[in-house]
This record gives sequence, structure tokens and C-alpha cells, in this order.
Amino acid sequence: MRPEHPPEFPLAVHDLTVAYHRKPVLWDVDLNIPEGSLSGIVGPNGAGKSTLLKACLDLIPTTSGEALIYGKPYPKQRDLIAYVPQRESVDWDFPVTALDVVTMGTYRKLGWFKRISSAQKKRAQEALDQVGIGHLAQRQISHLSGGQQQRVFLARALVQDAQIYFMDEPFAAVDAATEQAIIQLLKDLNAQGKTVLCVHHDLATVSRYFDHLVLLNMRVVASGPTSETFTRENLQKTYGGKLNLLEDVAQVLKNIGRS
Amino acid sequence: MDLELLRETLLLEQHNTRLVVISVALLGATAGLIGSFLLLRKQSLLGDALSHATLPGIGIAFALMSAMGLSGKNLPGLLTGATITGLLGVLLVLAIRRTTRLKDDAAMGIVLSVFFGLGVAILNMVQTIPGQSSAGLDSFIYGSTASIVWSDFHLITGTLLITTAATFLLLKELTLLCFDSHFASTQGWPTLWLDIILMALVTAVTVIGLQAVGLILIIAFLITPPTAARFWTNQLGHMLWIATLIGAVSGWIGASLSALYSDLPAGAIIVITAAIIFLISMIFGKTRGVLPRYLRHLKLQRKIGRQHLLRSTYEILENTQNHQNHSPLKNLPIPMEQLRRHRYWAKGELSKLIRQARTEDHIEQQPSGELRLSESGFGEASRITRNHRLWELYLIKHADIAPSHVDRDADMVEHLLGAEIVQQLEAQLALTKPDIQSPHQI
Repeated sequence: MRPEHPPEFPLAVHDLTVAYHRKPVLWDVDLNIPEGSLSGIVGPNGAGKSTLLKACLDLIPTTSGEALIYGKPYPKQRDLIAYVPQRESVDWDFPVTALDVVTMGTYRKLGWFKRISSAQKKRAQEALDQVGIGHLAQRQISHLSGGQQQRVFLARALVQDAQIYFMDEPFAAVDAATEQAIIQLLKDLNAQGKTVLCVHHDLATVSRYFDHLVLLNMRVVASGPTSETFTRENLQKTYGGKLNLLEDVAQVLKNIGRS
Repeated sequence: MDLELLRETLLLEQHNTRLVVISVALLGATAGLIGSFLLLRKQSLLGDALSHATLPGIGIAFALMSAMGLSGKNLPGLLTGATITGLLGVLLVLAIRRTTRLKDDAAMGIVLSVFFGLGVAILNMVQTIPGQSSAGLDSFIYGSTASIVWSDFHLITGTLLITTAATFLLLKELTLLCFDSHFASTQGWPTLWLDIILMALVTAVTVIGLQAVGLILIIAFLITPPTAARFWTNQLGHMLWIATLIGAVSGWIGASLSALYSDLPAGAIIVITAAIIFLISMIFGKTRGVLPRYLRHLKLQRKIGRQHLLRSTYEILENTQNHQNHSPLKNLPIPMEQLRRHRYWAKGELSKLIRQARTEDHIEQQPSGELRLSESGFGEASRITRNHRLWELYLIKHADIAPSHVDRDADMVEHLLGAEIVQQLEAQLALTKPDIQSPHQI
């Protein structure tokens, strides 16, 4: 019998449950992301999309289940993954330049105590050029527009030279030109055989951007090729009011924790 | 005030204050360096909880050492006690944060006040220990430079040098932790341990500074230099150097003053010195100071006023000469009243603009009172008017703004258009000719 989550999948999630303060935000998530896919994770607010990424990256504790990267737990596969967090997750008033932030993507390879040299800076500059803002390398990050800040984060992921890219809402609140530049970049990465997994919120662009789709609302509603998964019925299941019961039970569990 | 004595103290010529001044200046430098990271990690309050939590440790260490028949005021012993309860305080904050739903500030407030209260109570109790004088222990609360002696000097400078060296080694790691700890964690950096190391460095500086600055004010010594430094720069590297320097200078001046006036609490003088530097930085700081920002604003206002004056003059010239017939525009004098009515300027305002334009050699006033653009002013006016119209056309074409509204919208942006953007506008609108007609009635 074939295993349920064979190791050829860049990301295989098995029975993953995550709770914040005992309130479950993800229930028994089970999915496989195919290699070389450009995958989108779509669902309503509070569906646990970012939580799923963070749980796969060991950033938050899980209640049960596991996420495997090519068949192995994440701590053994760190070099394979580049993570682009939500733009609001950091303080953009921090006293560093765009180039400094991108250089941070090289720290892991550089190792403890080593000083940053011109080799790392050169690599970072190339990544900034690649995302089209090479001329802003020396600009302090608070003086960048939202779209430019997002590109800085992308460049930081690019210098890691990973196989799998985890992106948390890269298109949130960016200008149209940046959106085009980002999707082009993702498609280029995809063409090189890399796997891209994107939390996304705009249903209108789903079928144009992604070839594989995960519909999520606390659990996986549907997962598969976009052409088959992106249906009216599945969307209704994801966004419709049929999950009220699940939400109610979650609230009960939370209250038990309180009393 | 004995100025000669002050000068000698500041220049380290006074033998009995030299050590004190050097060690407090070093303390300030290290505090500024570590404090920068504490501030950027947004954990200033945790540092405050830590310093207040050291007090019970001092009292307990005193009692224990007295009970063992040692001198109760052995400095390494007292500081060890301070470190232990200080760290206990931090651990308690973290435990409260994890196990209850209390917010950070509440957790820190509780730990800070409970430990400090406990410390005051213990200090009162140990005063009754027979055969030991606890006098001077309260210098740990307010700070007293007079109590630093030669044997303490090695302990202080040694600890500070080790702390500074550790910070330099970990510059890159600490920066990453402070900027984006989640990202650091996905990259395999042990963020929990980095946080612990940062707190350990803060603890070292806090404990070693207790004697000179006191536990109430040591947090100001950690936080004031980096906040002041931030006004001068947007670059972390520069910020670290400036914070180190500000810390050292405040320590140096503050310790010198307090050595001369030993009845004043040293901590207060040192922190007030740092606060004065902070105030100066807030006002004059090159990058974020209030005054440079105001001056930049004023400069932009002047530029806008000048551009409005020149464009108005140019528009009047066009209107009066019926510019449509392609004859080159002649630079003729204009009555001041006509110019004033063109933009509904107040009289005083217009006179001020004209005075400015005259000093910039853009406009000349004729003996009759009429105004005439100078040669350079005429060229500048033509360029400004053209930019204004380019932007107006762009707004009409690409932003769907009605021609009757576009003048006001363009007014706000045109002053910021650089040569590069103007070139892009020309390309987008396929307009390169020198003269552009206004898209609306002037």
C-alpha cells in the first residue's frame, strides 16, 4: 500500500490541529502540495490560512499532527524553504536599509559570529535588482511604499535560493504594478521547478494565478488542481454559513479553558 | 562653584575621582550599546522590572554574608544576590505571560512593584542585624558614585568589557532577532536563546551599574542614549555608535558633577545629563529632529510660494499677449495689482513672495512699481508652468479627473516632480514640445 503522504511531496500535512488558548483554529488538516506547483491557500478571514503556514514552519505549537517537507520534519529541511511573512509582521521604522534586510536572508549560510562581507551584499543587491528595486538598495525601509516593502521581503526570500517558497499574503495592499511583478516572479520560480505556496485573499485572480488550490476554513474544504477545485459549490462550502457548528464548538472549548 | 575643580575632574586630573569617572563613562557606553538592542526588541519595560527586582537580592545577600560572619558589604556578594533575584523577576514575568491571560504591561507592573516592595522591607529588617552597619545599602536605590573604590574598578570594567565584546560578536544575530524574530526562527536561529542572551547582557549592565546609578534610574541610562541616537540617523550601525557615545558622555559629565557634589544622588545627575542630550537630539537631530524637519517643511513652503508666483506671472503674460498665435512670448512688466488678483493673494503675502524672488534674482521691480521677470526667472517660470500642465494632462488622461478640478490637484504635487518623473510624464503623454497649452481656463 502506498503511504498516505509519500516523501515526493514538498509539503505533506497530516492530521494537523492547532489551537490558540485552547480555541482550535485548524482542525485535522490533511493535504499534499505537489512538487512544482504554484499553489494558493484561499479562505475567509480567520480561516487559519496564516496559521497553517506558521504551524508548518514550527513557528507556533501544534496540538496534534505533523507537517513533512519532502518526507522529513521541517527542522531537518530548513535550507529548502524560504518564508515571506506578512508585511505588517515587522516594524518598518527599524533603522536598516532595504539592502540590510535582504542581506538577512544570507545569515543562515554565513553562520554564527561571522561578519557580513561584500559577497553577501552583492548577492542581496542582485536579488533587489531581480525584484525591480535595485535603485532603492540604500533607502531606509520606512521610506519605501507598501509594494516596495513587499518586494524587499521577496528579495530576502530569493537570496536563500530555496526549493519551496511559503508566502503569506504577498499581494495584500500592494499596487497593481507590484502585483504584476510579483506574480511574474512567482511564475519564473515555478518555471525553474520550484514549488510556491501562497496565502491569497482575492478570489477574482485565483484561477489566473494558481494551478493548485487549497480551500481552507478551519479544515480543508477542498484541495486539488484549480480547474477542478475552484467551483461554486466548494466556494459556498468554504465561505458559506455551514460551519457555524464548528465555530460554536470552538467557543465552548475556549470557555472550558477559561473557567 | 569651583570651575577649576570641575575642569580637573572632567579631564581626569583629580586622582580620587579619576576611577569613578572612567568607570561610569564606560558603564554609559556599554549601557548605550546594549540599550539600543533592548529598545529595538521593545523590551524596555522588562529591563525596568529586572532592575527593580534586584533589590531583595541585595538585602538577602547582605543578611546571609553577615550571618556567615563576613563583611555584609562585599560588592561581588551583593551583586550576585542582585543578579539572582533580578533574573527571578524576569522569569516570573515570562511565567505570568505564559500561564495567565494577563497582558505584558500588567505582568511587568506586578513583578516590578512586588519585588521592589519586598526589597525595601528586607533592607529595613537587615538594619537591625547586630554588629553590621547596613548604612550605604540604599545607595543601590539612588546610586552613589562616592562608594566606588579601587577594588570595585576591576570588577566593573571587566564585566563591561566582556559585555561589549559579546555584543560585538552577536551584532548580526541580535539585529535579526530585533527586526524579525519569526523569520530568524524559520532560519534556524535559536530565538529563545538569543532573547536570553540579550537579557543576560542587559542584566550584567544593570547589576554592575546599580552602585553608581541606582536601580530606579538605571533603565533611563539604558534607554535614553539609543532613543536620542535615533534622532540622528536611520542606520543601525551609526545608531549604535552614537548611542555608545551619548552614554559615555552622559556618564562622564554626570559622574564628574556628582563627584563634586557628593550630597546629590549620582543617578539623578547622570540621568539628567542624558536627558539633556536627549532633548538636544530631539530638537536638532539631523534625520528626525524637530527643527530640521520644520526647516525642511519651511523650505518646501518657500519653494511652493516661489513656484506659484512665477507661474502666475507667466500665465498673466500668456493671457495678455493672446499666446495662441505662436508668436514668442515677450517678457513685459506687469502691475502688482493684476498679479495679486490672479491668485487672490493677501497684500503682505505677495510682498513677501516678491521680496524672496528678488533675492533669488527671479523678479525685478521697476521704478514705476510694476514687476518684471528677470531672464533666469522667465526661463524658470516657463519650466514650472510646463510641469504644472504636464501633470494636469496626466491627471485628466489617466486619473479621470475633470479639467475644471485638475488645477487644484496639480497644485499639490507639481512642486515635488523631479526631472526623472517629468521625463516619464513626457513619454506617457507623448509630449516633448516646449510649450504646452493649459487644459482649462486660467
